[in-house]
Amino acid sequence: MSANNQNRSRVIQIIFASVFIIITAQLIHLQIFSSKYKLAAENNAIYRKIVYPDRGIIFDRKRKALLQNTISYDLVVTPVESKGTDTLSLCNLLGIDTVEYKRRMKDIIFKNTSVRPSIFEPLLSQEMYARFYENMYKFPGFILSERKARTYPYNIGANLLGYIDEVDTGFLRRHKDEGYEMGDYAGRAGLERTYEKVLMGQRGVKRFIKDNKSRIQGAYENGVFDTSAIAGKNLFTGIDVELQKLGEELMTNKVGAIVAIDPKTGSVLCMVSAPTYDPNYLTGNQKSKHYADLVFDPRLPFNNRAIGNMYSPGSTFKTVSGIIGLTEGVITERTTVNCPGYFEGCGTGKPKCLDKGTFNFKEAIAHSDNTYFSTVYKRILDQPRYDGADSALTVFNSYASTFGLGRKLGIDLPTEQKGNLPSSSFYRKRYKGNFYSCNIISNAIGQGEVQTTLLQLANVMTIIANKGWYYTPHIVDSIDGGDEYHLLDTFKIKHFTDKRIPDSIFDAVQDGMQAVVEYGTAVRSRIPGIVMCGKTGTVENTDHGVKQQDHSFFGAFAPRDNPKIAIAVICENAGQGAWAAAPIASLLVEKYLRDSIVGNERKAMYEEFKNKNLIPKLMRLQMAKRDSLKQIKDNQLLLQQRINKESNDSIDEENTDPEIKTNTPKKNNAPSPKTKNVVAAVLVNDEKKYKKYNR
Amino acid sequence: MSKRINSNISQGIDWTMIWLYAVLVCIGIMCIFMVEYRPGADWLASFLGGKTNYSKQLIFAGVCAITATFILLTDSKLFTAFANILYAFGIVLMLATFVIGKSINGSKSWIPLGGGFNLQPAELCKIFTALALAKFLSRQETDFTKLKSQIIGISMALAPAVLSHFQHEDGLALAYLSFFLMLYREGLPPQILIIGASVGVLAIASLVVEPKILTIALTVIAIVLLFLLKKQLKRNKRIITVIIGVWLICVGFQRVAVPFIFNNVFECYQSTRIYSMMGKDYDCNLNRHKSKSADKPVKKPDDYNVRQSKIAIGSGGITGAGFLKGTQTRGKYVPEQHTDFIFTSLGEAFGFTGCFIFLALYLFLLYRIIRIAERQRSTFSRVYAYSVASIIFFHITVNVCMTIGLFPIIGIPLPLISYGGSSLLTFTILIFILIRLDADRQMVLR
Repeated sequence: MSANNQNRSRVIQIIFASVFIIITAQLIHLQIFSSKYKLAAENNAIYRKIVYPDRGIIFDRKRKALLQNTISYDLVVTPVESKGTDTLSLCNLLGIDTVEYKRRMKDIIFKNTSVRPSIFEPLLSQEMYARFYENMYKFPGFILSERKARTYPYNIGANLLGYIDEVDTGFLRRHKDEGYEMGDYAGRAGLERTYEKVLMGQRGVKRFIKDNKSRIQGAYENGVFDTSAIAGKNLFTGIDVELQKLGEELMTNKVGAIVAIDPKTGSVLCMVSAPTYDPNYLTGNQKSKHYADLVFDPRLPFNNRAIGNMYSPGSTFKTVSGIIGLTEGVITERTTVNCPGYFEGCGTGKPKCLDKGTFNFKEAIAHSDNTYFSTVYKRILDQPRYDGADSALTVFNSYASTFGLGRKLGIDLPTEQKGNLPSSSFYRKRYKGNFYSCNIISNAIGQGEVQTTLLQLANVMTIIANKGWYYTPHIVDSIDGGDEYHLLDTFKIKHFTDKRIPDSIFDAVQDGMQAVVEYGTAVRSRIPGIVMCGKTGTVENTDHGVKQQDHSFFGAFAPRDNPKIAIAVICENAGQGAWAAAPIASLLVEKYLRDSIVGNERKAMYEEFKNKNLIPKLMRLQMAKRDSLKQIKDNQLLLQQRINKESNDSIDEENTDPEIKTNTPKKNNAPSPKTKNVVAAVLVNDEKKYKKYNR
Repeated sequence: MSKRINSNISQGIDWTMIWLYAVLVCIGIMCIFMVEYRPGADWLASFLGGKTNYSKQLIFAGVCAITATFILLTDSKLFTAFANILYAFGIVLMLATFVIGKSINGSKSWIPLGGGFNLQPAELCKIFTALALAKFLSRQETDFTKLKSQIIGISMALAPAVLSHFQHEDGLALAYLSFFLMLYREGLPPQILIIGASVGVLAIASLVVEPKILTIALTVIAIVLLFLLKKQLKRNKRIITVIIGVWLICVGFQRVAVPFIFNNVFECYQSTRIYSMMGKDYDCNLNRHKSKSADKPVKKPDDYNVRQSKIAIGSGGITGAGFLKGTQTRGKYVPEQHTDFIFTSLGEAFGFTGCFIFLALYLFLLYRIIRIAERQRSTFSRVYAYSVASIIFFHITVNVCMTIGLFPIIGIPLPLISYGGSSLLTFTILIFILIRLDADRQMVLR
């Protein structure tokens, strides 16, 4: 018995030991071999907060900030935690209804799951922020998250600077490994986009411990694993704030663009695309509304016309064909051509010329003689040493491309177009075999298939000013703290035009261009005391085959001896080059060289062009149409609201009748049955009355 | 007798036990401190302030120390003399709770004592039952090999359990099953343990395996058995009846009894907990007790507690997050972490190493108690010692297994560690009576 019981003591001890072993085994399983619990614990308890660095600031050439940072607040929601939120007062604060609230919530959960925080309402206004701040206790699951926003102290350079916007799924796909997350902002246009890498800085991550109700308990491990945010680098541009401001002022109510370049460095002094918009429009919580407004504006304010539009260069191209003609030796400066009113060389009577008479090279430029340059172009193509117009055109293009034509210059802005230098093969295809100089004679005066961007035109002016060299035009001169990603390297390479072109030829062209301003086509735009060289352009154009008012072009540089500014201006459908583009350019040149506009005559010119409305007729029509459409829409909306209100009222009336109450739907009841009822009622009443009186 | 009075009271006392006890209570207070600690708070002040749970536990420990001293100062004979009266008193108290009891957390098992203190008679009754069983088994006229004595013993152990069940304190009721271990040591036929274990296995199997497949498996086992025992069958026809009988009972149990128990005996939440431990959903609509929450939609099985508990322990790794550095503990992710789930704070902070050492301490305590038990001359002391070992063992097993997902969640505290005055006091009294008895191991107590 006792032995038996002793045995049982052993058994009990064995039971104890085996349970201990089972527990230990499970502990080994949980603590040593299962990594998922560690992960789950981190997911539970660690809240990773991304610390957004300050985006880099963009300065002008005098270290004035073109844009700066300011703080605004997003209302951020984590849907799973938002149960118990006072939905009604939230909606009241935001001015939305509960249907909208539910819709947004559904959207957020669909896009970004219900456990991750998403932006419910971005960029609250100061007032809204204050009101929310007081009431946050009512809204569990909602937080006010700081967000750095942009602000533009001068309200200028919208197209140039671009804007930042929340990244979309497409962006995330394209920039997979760069650490963007839903809800981040990234530069989506202009400099903000080109220099995104530099401007964005490095985001920091702070780790916090949160408790079971997602309340922050403190830093995780005293912040050992935190990374601090590194501010984005500042950009120093060559933009001159005063010049840019004046340019935008002069281009109000016009459609077109201005590009001014410092010929010595290639840095862009101002780049205006009109119509522009207030860059502050795209910050703040009305952003998306404004964005939509701008997108549907028929004047296309988002299009940077300085680089994104290709224009026929018109007479400004004569400078290039002239230089090539002189270099090829088909003319000299003293060659004269007689213009009887049209070009005789091809027998078609085209192109016409405005000034009849006989011109040498200088006078031909000064008066923009079409016949002279058609002759030059024809002579170039018809040179016997080349085997037909075909190969001669190739030679012509090889010259022209050294002027930066027919290809992207490589400015540090997105959406640059490359222009067009029509090739021999293009014409061979078009004319099904051989073609002759007369087929493509309009190219001589920049009216054919030749197309340039305004930037290329400004660059041609730079080349002429420099007598044969240029740096790639660029907005950003230097990056604060060094050019880590080698974004500016290409802007340090000096480009030369064809070596066969001697300085003397540039002198000849400059002579002609000086004459343009002094007594030629642009004499009105002469700046007293400044030697400016310029060339007007008047470009015929059509819209869907309908001839429109000419585009007004002007390219110039000044002063001639020591060029400090090269400029190109286009005013769409504003008539001759001398009418609009040239005066605007001259005002900018004077402003840049003198810091102010001097003399009463010049000041009057400034006032005149500031207030001139040169919006093309077609666009005005479109705008009017859009506005009236909008008005109609608004009217319809108003009407609809009134109808709804009335029908609701009527239903309320009807509901007093217990019989109808049971089966009348409260909403969306068409008003017609009610009116019938009323009419019927009135009729009945009348009948009764009638009967009464009858009796 | 006079010799003992004259001698130092510390004579014969097992100091190892006292040290183990002290260490475990300290670990307990430390664990509660880890759970409640918030960085930045002046912990020393709150330790002494009596507002936080760890400082309350410290006060309880003080009370326990005084109680322990009193027990050590008493005479062992007192326990044998009062064993039956105390047991009767305990049962009366438990019956009284049905009349004057106070409902806390849905279980009507507390008697209010005034001053915010409540007494849980079922907790105290463990001590009384242990003493009464010891008394009963040490009687000269008791022959525990007889069925009658066995039935009396089992009834004595289970009476408080049944009462506890009706107070909706199933955790406490379950604790009384631990006396079977002691009864086994004292001569209960091993078949009871074996059959008990088999029923457990079958119950788990019928939850985990599809009923049809299990029936087929049982049938196959029966046929295989019949086939293997072919030769014996020819000699002894009774084996067929036994096998078929057992097979019938098993199938019946699996197909009828288990669903019946889950749907009619257990509360909805209990069934859900057990099912969720097996990784299955339990449909509360089947439950007889569902009527209480009939209008509420059926919720998914809530395994939040176990999941968080496993996460906390699992995240500890080999060495743990470190003292006061556990993120899960600080974030209060584990519910009831200072009471039933106290083991998780240890697991997270000190990892596998800490847990292993901690469990080894417990194992050492249990072995020590068994050693003490086996060196007693009087049956009373031995039976009592085994009772203490069984109760402690049962609590540890169920509590720890529950936190690591090996047992369904049930409200059982971890001895000497969990926050709670009742529980701490009970275990203190249990252990110190044992130490007192052991100190007088030369005497023969009846």
